[in-house]
Amino acid sequence: MIGLCVIAAALLARNLNVILLHLPDEASQGAIYRIFYFHLPAAMTAGACAFVALAASILYLATKNFRYDSIAVSVTEVGLAFGAMVLATGMIWARIIWGIWWTWDARLTSMLIVWLMYAGYLMLRRAIDEPTARARNAAVLSIFIAPGVYITWKSIEWWRTQHPGPVLSIRGGGGMAPGMESAAYWNLLALGLIAVVLVMVRMQQETYQRRLDALRREAHVL
Amino acid sequence: MIFLRQSLTIAVKDLRAELRSKEAINASLSFAIVILLLFSFAFDPSSEQTREISGGLLWLVFAFAGALVLNRSFARELTNDCLEALIASPVSGAALFLGKALSNFLVLIAIELLSLPVFGIFYNVRWTGQFWTLMMILLLATWGLTVIGTVFSALTVNLRLRELMLPTLVYPILIPALLPAIQLTSAVIAGQPLTADLYAGLRLLIAFNIIFTALALGLVETILVG
Repeated sequence: MIGLCVIAAALLARNLNVILLHLPDEASQGAIYRIFYFHLPAAMTAGACAFVALAASILYLATKNFRYDSIAVSVTEVGLAFGAMVLATGMIWARIIWGIWWTWDARLTSMLIVWLMYAGYLMLRRAIDEPTARARNAAVLSIFIAPGVYITWKSIEWWRTQHPGPVLSIRGGGGMAPGMESAAYWNLLALGLIAVVLVMVRMQQETYQRRLDALRREAHVL
Repeated sequence: MIFLRQSLTIAVKDLRAELRSKEAINASLSFAIVILLLFSFAFDPSSEQTREISGGLLWLVFAFAGALVLNRSFARELTNDCLEALIASPVSGAALFLGKALSNFLVLIAIELLSLPVFGIFYNVRWTGQFWTLMMILLLATWGLTVIGTVFSALTVNLRLRELMLPTLVYPILIPALLPAIQLTSAVIAGQPLTADLYAGLRLLIAFNIIFTALALGLVETILVG
């Protein structure tokens, strides 16, 4: 885990060097476009977290193995952090390019809604004490949130949004110079690794928590 | 067949209990009227604006008033351990859910139909211009509200802060249904024809209903039994 942490930090340092010092300003947007290198990778990381949360929730309901529950809660928390990063970087970019912090277009709105729903997921977990009921109800809620995530992902294709359409060539965008696009993938790798490390830390906490709870129950019986 | 008959039995049971006590209907209808009254202070109710924002106004009222009904849906079975008895009965979780959803749906529709004339009178809006289109939108969006509300009522029934958690969870999930419902209702009350954009909203509403009805029917057994 510490090894991964070091690799992620080194990669992030390398990317910051490339993004801030080596890549030229974008032709029409100027320097602010660089925030894109954090906005899009963070969004993809948050999306991946949502996907893993859905998979772990389904697996928990299928197997009743608490390991999947701790995966689900860990990736949801980390995804929420990366989602906050997406919203914050997007708002800073919008203030410079559009002149406003926020607009109620389909992408921004759906992203905010999904973010709030995952916050509700964590609130629901706090409101239930019994571990089995907590894991079960949280898993069901996570499955109910998943269509919203899909809507958010597809919203830039389904509606005419103020948010830019797809830019990466793998999604049929192709609006970036080759050197600029590869930097986005490098930073996706860095942020993805950071997310993995955070999830691992969080899962370890969950494991300790469960062990503590078990000990407490045992002490209670004695 | 037996599934539908069981659902119907549950629905009739719930409706009978509701009609005898009238606690949810009375509370949520008076709540709806209070909100309608409050909204009239938020802006000048006689202006032309009312017609444009009528959809948003109505659906906020319906969603708020609906939460009161939906909150009670499973919570009313807690006394005397009725919920345990229902779960132990040979009725499947999905049938129990469908029955409760049907009864909630009818109660909500009744509240909406009673609020509409009140809205028309207080805000001086003629809402009957495209009556049947409005009814179709009402039925579709109310079904979405009911399905989500009923399944989350089951999810939150044993929670501390139940009354708080249900709206917090339900409203964000409802937005993909409320948004087209608001736009369609505003357009219909303003007497506009349905444009391509509005048809896209209608499709979103129908897709929302299908996806979440299927999810709810599939998952409610897990919620109730484990």
